[in-house]
This record gives sequence, C-alpha cells and structure tokens, in this order.
Amino acid sequence: MQKVYTKIESIVGNVISVRAKGVKNGELAIVTTATGESYANVIKLQDDLVSLQVFAGAAGISTGDKVRFLSHSMKVSYSDDLLGRIFTGSGVPRDKGPNLDENMIDIGGPSVNPAKRIIPRNMIRTGIPMIDVFNTLVESQKLPIFSVSGEPYNQLLARIAMQAEVDLIILGGMGLKYDDYLYFKDTLEKSGAMSRTIMFIHTASDPTVECMLVPDMALAVAEKFAIDGKKVLVLLTDMTNFADAMKEMAITMDQVPSNRGYPGDLYSSLASRYEKAVDFEGAGSLTILAATTMPGDDVTHPVPDNTGYITEGQYYLKGGRIEPFGSLSRLKQQVNKDTRDDHRALMDGMIKLYASYKESLEKKSMGFQMTEWDDKLLKYGQLFESKMMDLSVNIPLEEALDLGWEILSECFEPNETGLKSDLIIARWPKKDA
Amino acid sequence: MNNMKGRVTGVNGNMVNVAFEGSISKNEVGYIHVGDTRLKSEVIRINSSVASLQVFESTTDVSVGDKVEFTSEMLSVELGPGLLKQIYDGLQNPLPELASQCGFFLQRGVYLDPIPNLDWEFTPAVKVGDSVAAGDTIGTVPEGLFTHQIMVPFNIVRGDWKVKKIVEKGTYNVRANVATIENQDGETKELSMVFSWPVKVPINCYEERLRPDEPLVMKIRIIDTFLPVAKGGTFCVPGPFGAGKTVLQHMESKNADVDVVIIAACGERAGEVVEVLKEFPELTDPKTGKSLMERTIIICNTSSMPVAAREASVYTAVTMAEYYRQMGLNVLLLADSTSRWAQAMREMSGRLEEIPGEEAFPAYLETRIAEFYERAGKVRLKDGRTASVTIGGTVSPAGGNFEEPVTQATLKVVGAFHGLSRERSDARKYPAINSLESWSKYSGVIDDKMVEYARALLFRGTEVNQMMKVVGEEGTSVDDYIVYQKSELLDAVYLQQNSFDPVDASVIVERQKYSFNLLFKVLASNFDLKDKKSVRKYFNEIRQKFLDWNNVEFKSERFKQIESEINAQFDNNFVSFDEKAEKLM
Ligand SMILES: Nc1ncnc2c1ncn2[C@@H]1O[C@H](COP(=O)(O)OP(=O)(O)OP(=O)(O)O)[C@@H](O)[C@H]1O
Ligand SMILES: [Mg+2]
Repeated sequence: MQKVYTKIESIVGNVISVRAKGVKNGELAIVTTATGESYANVIKLQDDLVSLQVFAGAAGISTGDKVRFLSHSMKVSYSDDLLGRIFTGSGVPRDKGPNLDENMIDIGGPSVNPAKRIIPRNMIRTGIPMIDVFNTLVESQKLPIFSVSGEPYNQLLARIAMQAEVDLIILGGMGLKYDDYLYFKDTLEKSGAMSRTIMFIHTASDPTVECMLVPDMALAVAEKFAIDGKKVLVLLTDMTNFADAMKEMAITMDQVPSNRGYPGDLYSSLASRYEKAVDFEGAGSLTILAATTMPGDDVTHPVPDNTGYITEGQYYLKGGRIEPFGSLSRLKQQVNKDTRDDHRALMDGMIKLYASYKESLEKKSMGFQMTEWDDKLLKYGQLFESKMMDLSVNIPLEEALDLGWEILSECFEPNETGLKSDLIIARWPKKDA
Repeated sequence: MNNMKGRVTGVNGNMVNVAFEGSISKNEVGYIHVGDTRLKSEVIRINSSVASLQVFESTTDVSVGDKVEFTSEMLSVELGPGLLKQIYDGLQNPLPELASQCGFFLQRGVYLDPIPNLDWEFTPAVKVGDSVAAGDTIGTVPEGLFTHQIMVPFNIVRGDWKVKKIVEKGTYNVRANVATIENQDGETKELSMVFSWPVKVPINCYEERLRPDEPLVMKIRIIDTFLPVAKGGTFCVPGPFGAGKTVLQHMESKNADVDVVIIAACGERAGEVVEVLKEFPELTDPKTGKSLMERTIIICNTSSMPVAAREASVYTAVTMAEYYRQMGLNVLLLADSTSRWAQAMREMSGRLEEIPGEEAFPAYLETRIAEFYERAGKVRLKDGRTASVTIGGTVSPAGGNFEEPVTQATLKVVGAFHGLSRERSDARKYPAINSLESWSKYSGVIDDKMVEYARALLFRGTEVNQMMKVVGEEGTSVDDYIVYQKSELLDAVYLQQNSFDPVDASVIVERQKYSFNLLFKVLASNFDLKDKKSVRKYFNEIRQKFLDWNNVEFKSERFKQIESEINAQFDNNFVSFDEKAEKLM
C-alpha cells in the first residue's frame, strides 16, 4: 500500500499528523517537502488521525506536502559492506560511499530471553590500570563514563576502543561536536581501526529526531554481528543528548514530565538500549561503553541517576582521571579471580590505603598534626595518583600489579599494608642492599 | 471463552483503545490480532463504548481496525504442582521453554502452558460423598521437597459441594480430570490438578490472620539482631544505585529460614537473574540437603521486557506465594525493584491522561503499594496449621533521596525498613544498611534491651565521631574516644558481614547469640586505658581477633582458640562493667 497523502492536518514540534487508513503503529513514511525528503515514523494512532515524528525535523514542512507510507517500520542494512562506513542517525551515508539497502533488518527488536544469557567471563584489557586493576571491564558489560562536560571522555572512549581486543567497533554519536566527530574519524583512520569500524553519527547541528535513532541503529547492527560470532564493542556518546532528545519529543507530545522535565519512561527507554549488551552462548558478544555527561556535575540528575540504576557500574572521570571512589565495575569479580593470584587482594588493599590517604589529606588541610603514619600515606597517595591514576599510563595488567607492589614497598613496611602474609612473601619486592 | 469482539480505534505506546459492543469487565484479558499474532492485553479503563487496554507486548504494527477478542477472564495465573524451580516472565510464560522454541530472543504473541505438562503420583484425600469447599484438599502429589496439596479451586464459593467422583491413587497428567464435584442444584465441576486464579485478587481462603510474631531468620547479623523481619511481615530495602540492594536480596533468598522463596526480578537487569539461575542449582540448602532451586520460583520481567507485563509481574509472584501458603508453608517473596513496578503504573497512568500526582505518579500509587504489601501475612488455615507470606521489596529512589513518593508510600505500610546508604557502600561497609536510620517493628533473636543498649552506643559513637571531625582527635576526651572505638568495633565485627566469605556469609542464630554476648562484654566494660594511643591499639587488636573469629567455622578448634584469646585480652584491661549493662547480662 503505497498511497500518498497530501493534506497535513497539524504540525507541532517535529510531529505532523495526517488522516489515513490502514496505517500501522511504528510504520515508516517518507515526507517530501520543497527542500527534500525525510523519513518519518508513526508514533500514535487515533481513529484515522496518524501522528508521525519527522526525522529531519518539521521545520519548513507545509500543510500541502506529501506523505507516503512504506508499509514497514524503520530498518537498517546489515552486511560486511557496512565496515568502514559512516551514516547518519537515519542510516543515510555521511561519507561519499553508496547508499546501502540490501538485507534490511529491524531496529529496536525484542530483547534476549534471560534464560538464554550466560554469566560473563572474559576480561577486556584496556592498558589503563584504573580499569584493568581496579574496575575490570568485562565482555558483554554495559558501562557508562560519568563525566562533566569538558572532560576528555571521548578521548578515553577512543583509546579503550583501539586497545580493546574486539573484532568490531560501532560508534553511535549523539549531539557530537563536529570536532569530536573528526577526532574519532582521524584517530580510527590513523590507527588502522577504521576498516573494522561502523559509525552512526548525529552531530549537534543535525535534526533532533535522528539523535534518538542512533542507539537503536548502532545496537541493531551490533547485535546482528554478535550473533554472527563477532566480538562487538559499541561506543555511545553522549547518552545525555539522547535523553534530552527524548525529553524534547515527550514535551511535544504533551506527556506529563516526571522529573526535571524528563518523561516517565526514561528508565525503560535507557534500559531497553543498554540491555542489548549480551554474551551469546556459542556466538559473539556485545559490549556497551557509553559517555553520560552530568549536567552541573550532579550525579543525582535524572540521566546519570537512571543510568546508574541500569548499567553494571560506572567510571567516574574527574580532573582527567578515573576516580577510584564512585567508579565501579559490577562484573569485575567474575574475572579478577582468574587473572593473577594477587589481583583481588592488591586491588582492595591499595584502595583502602588510598582512602586513608584521603583522610590524612583532609586532616592536613584542617591543620591537624601529621603523624609519621600520615606522612607515609601522603607519600603513597601522591605516588598512586601519578603512577596509577594518571590517564597517560598505559601498561598491561601484570605490569600494573607489579607497579602496585613497588609503590607499596616504597612507602610502607609489609605489615602496614593489611595484605595477607603469604602474598607478601611471594610478591614483596626485594630491596637491593 | 467469550466471543466478544472489538476493533482497535487508537494506539499510543503500549495503550490501545478498542471500540466494543456488549459487556466487558475491567481487568479482563483481551487479545489484539495483528496478522497471525495475538497480543495479550488487559482492560484497564472502560469509557462508554471504548475500552483502554494495556498491551503486554510491543504494539508495533498494530493498526486501527484490527480485531480484538475478549476472554471474559481476568488476568490470571495457573496454579498447580510444577511451579517450583520454574523461571517465568511476568505473565507466567516459562522462559526456558520459550527459549527452546524461539531461540535467543523473546518473541511476542507466544504463550506457552505455564504449568509443565507432567504426570504426577496422585493420592486422593476425599471419598465420594464428602462435602468440600474452596481450599479443601482433595488429594496430594509429591512435589520435590513438599507434599503438594491439590485443592478445590478457591473460587468455588457459593453452594454446598460434594465429591461426585474421585480417581484412585495413581499417576495422572496434571491436566487430567481427577475429581468431579456437584452442588445441591446438580451443577457439576470437573477438577484437575491445575486451576487459574486472577492475580489482582488476594487469596484469602484461611480461617484468620495472625500477628507476625515469629522472627524470620535471614542469617544476617544486622537484620536478625538489630532490624528483624517476621514471618508474615513486610520489609523494604531502599537505597541508591549500587548500594547493594540486589546482593542483599540474593543473600536473603539463599539464607532465609522459609519453605519457598519467590524472586520477582521486576524491571531490573537480566544479568542478575542469570546469576541466580546458574548459581542456585549448584548450591545446597543446608535445611533440606537439596539444591536451593528446589524451593525457588523466579518471576523475571527484566528492564527491557514489556513494561505492562512488569506491572503484572509482582502480582503474579504474590499469587503464587499465597497459593503455597494455602499448603501450610512459609513463603518469602522478594521483589527487586518495586520502584520499577511503580514506574510501570506511572507510564500507563500518563497514557490514560490521568491527573498526575507527585513526580507524575498516579494518585492511587499509595493505595496500590499498600494493597500489595497487605497480601503478606501469617494466617491460620482452616485445618489449624499456620502459614505465612513475607514480602520484602527493594526501592530505587530517584537520586537516592528517600523523600520521594514510592519510598514514602512504602515506609507507611511495611514493618521493617532496611535503608542502604551511599556513604556506607562507598566505604565498602556491607551490607550497607544504615543502622541508625533504619527500624523494625518486629522483635528479633536477641534480648531487646541488650540490643537497645548496643544501639545507643552506636548513636553516641557517631556523635563523638562528628565532633572529632571538628575538634580533631586532640580535642576529644579519652572516655569519648573509647565510646567511639566501641561503636566502631560493633560496626566492623558485627554489623558488617562479608557476603563473599564462605563462613561469614551466613550466620545461624545460635552463633549470633554467642558472638553478641562476647562482644557485649567488651561494649559494656570500663577499661584501664589511659591515653588514646593505648585505646587505639587495644581496639585494633581486639577487632582483628573478632574479625578472624567471624571467618572460622563455629565451635571449631580454631574458633575456641580465638575465643580464649579474645577473653584473655579482655581480662587484661578490664576494670568493671557499666552498671546499666550489667543488669542486662
Ligand atoms: N554485601 C556485599 N559484599 C560485597 N560487595 C557488595 C555487597 N553488596 C554490594 N556489593 C558490591 O556492590 C555492587 C552493587 O551491588 P548491587 O547490585 O546489590 O546494588 P543495587 O543496590 O542493587 O544497585 P541497583 O539499584 O543499581 O540495582 C555489587 O556488584 C558488589 O560489587
Ligand atoms: Mg539491584
């Protein structure tokens, strides 16, 4: 049924409505205007009144423009031809490559049956000690980077993507600054990773509706590659822009906001995307790393707050470093028992000492007397920050663990570390006399 | 089956409006026909000739004019032998079977038989001519750990019913006719081992409700000793993300001293359910010697599964809990998270364009929460046995702030409040229950007065700590410093419990009493410690000993050895007991 409708009844925000029969919920349509074409999809039906959100935005649409329904919902092409390509949120090429319309698959498909899931088991190595040692990233994990805007979260995402041993990187950019888009492109090209990368990019100057499509496009493609046996890493940046686009749409549709203007289904909408992260038994896996900027550095803001309730931990990026407090990988215990026998103990021990360092620092700043123990902690804290936390440090896990022992031995006597004696005997660096 | 038909007139998210003729009822189930697929839905509002249905599936491809068939039955679950060990979605669809039929992904419109089609060894409990009423046992089958009672359906209420036919002892299919009953008017009903019950209607086929007066032991010190839960009672666990609600519930589901545990994973991560799924079959229940899965049912409607089914899932779970209670069992229902259920109500309320209350939650939020927790209870059954349903729900308050509608509405109705704090979880003090803010109306396993004494000490210790932050250690008196050290000791060795240590992860009541008494001696004593340095040293040492003690097998050689070391150290600096405390000992 490819009937064309030429009378647009209303235009509110990015939503238009037409009177039509036999239209399906979620169906895709093409709106033809004086300036070009745009996809739109059906978001509400009431009798013969059909409401559609227009991907390119409703600006410039006239009541006499044409709406043609396509009898199917939003789809994306899936094949190896996607590799190395860059698309918009609605799947139109952004690069000079050809349009892809073969082997179209649905986006926003059903979720994985929980009974089919398995317990995650493979560590993803990043070369960043604050991740590998203290909050290990695990294949099939969903993990956001919480950060204030202005922090180098995109650099961090790019670096992890390049160092992680994955088959495929899919980048979903939402409200991305054009410079950041170019940064990702250049970095991936230079490192030779572009040929195993697919990008769906919505930049800050593109229409809002397309922003909302980016995660679904990226994840639909990623899921398919994972089923076909690939280890896929999906980067989503910045999910706060995605949430803001949803907020805008909800307000257009006169929905009652629940919290600071965000719609009541923010949690479900974020969850249905993040829950796409999965390890398929006998096939590949899908891991999601996202950036979530926190307006006003406020972790209780609805976007980071709802995200925290959904994801399996978070990395706090602050002052250019991943903070040990507040950062959490909820899956680390699945893998760090099998890395090296001192991994868990060292991880806990070093963090506890770092916490004590923070206390000493506070005491110092309040002008209280420093004891000999405080001085040791102060030395330790400084070494920890410069040798472990600094993001420029790039060493494998084993080296980072050795470095941990070195820092401890530089600052403390073995029995001051709270570590078990047998580990100390095995690992405490021998000082050359 | 009703042949009532309707037609779709509008679609808005998971709400569909349907024009119908004739009569339908609220909460009736309808199926929307989309091509060959039937989408299960529930009538949630009727406005003259238009019914609003919440659809338990994605509404993609639904169009105006699609046919709707009504069933004249309310949303129900199947009850019968075979529920235990199952993993269901919120509408009681068995997920493993669904997986073997549909593969990796959930597929909409596929509804399988909830109760597995098995044969059971049936032993009749009535004879032809016996009078029977709703809830009476007509026979039994052995279901794993229990004798499962096959009961007269709870909706057989009107009239006097007699057994007309009953099969002999033998093996029958769960859906085969095993009995026929007849009333005074000659009306007959054929009974099998399975019947349905509407999830939103409480099962109250019992003699009377009793006060929940018996502790439900969780083998978690801070709960059993300080913030107890009672069999048939209710409790809630609010806390910010990552504070440890789910880990705590998993501990409870493993350790709780009950017959049946029902886990309702409501709108949370699928991965967490998988941990239970894979772990429970491997764990042995010390009480029965069988795998933990034998006493467990999982209702799993995780965050990416359809929202309306999430709303139904807690009712599905509590209905099964009530069903097993009818058999004289103690059942624990753990729901994680009730906030997701409340949000599902909020989404639907928004679509219905109802007048929103605080944070856009519907005005009836409080009533719904109260009604749900009211389904817990200890009861005396018609045959004199007592049985219980205990409900524990986590709450996920926005921003971790307890001053929000769901937490507040829940606190009004529950009997115990286990509030988790971000500060404690950040400091990795698990379980991160804030013992000063939390409360319980039930009595626990240790003498109330002694517990009160210990709590008071915690309060004072916290005060001293606050003060020390301002004036420094230098400005604090030795006596105050000792109070502070005592409260820290109580916290470190008793309130905190390592859920990943094989011994410390579950502590039986006898051991709790034993440790508490020894610890109490320390808390209640005056010591001859002259300066802060010696106080610190003393408490550091004794703390280390208590911690070691917690990690060794109860009453083992090593246990006794550490105990005598603690006693020896205690005697070294002991001067006298605090008078108030001595009276309690
Ligand atoms: N008792 C405990 N012992 C050790 N670690 C714990 C304990 N409780 C929680 N944790 C740690 O905290 C993490 C988060 O805990 P959990 O998943 O229970 O949080 P939650 O309150 O349910 O969060 P959310 O609301 O996001 O679901 C765990 O993955 C674990 O690393
Ligand atoms: Mg949880």
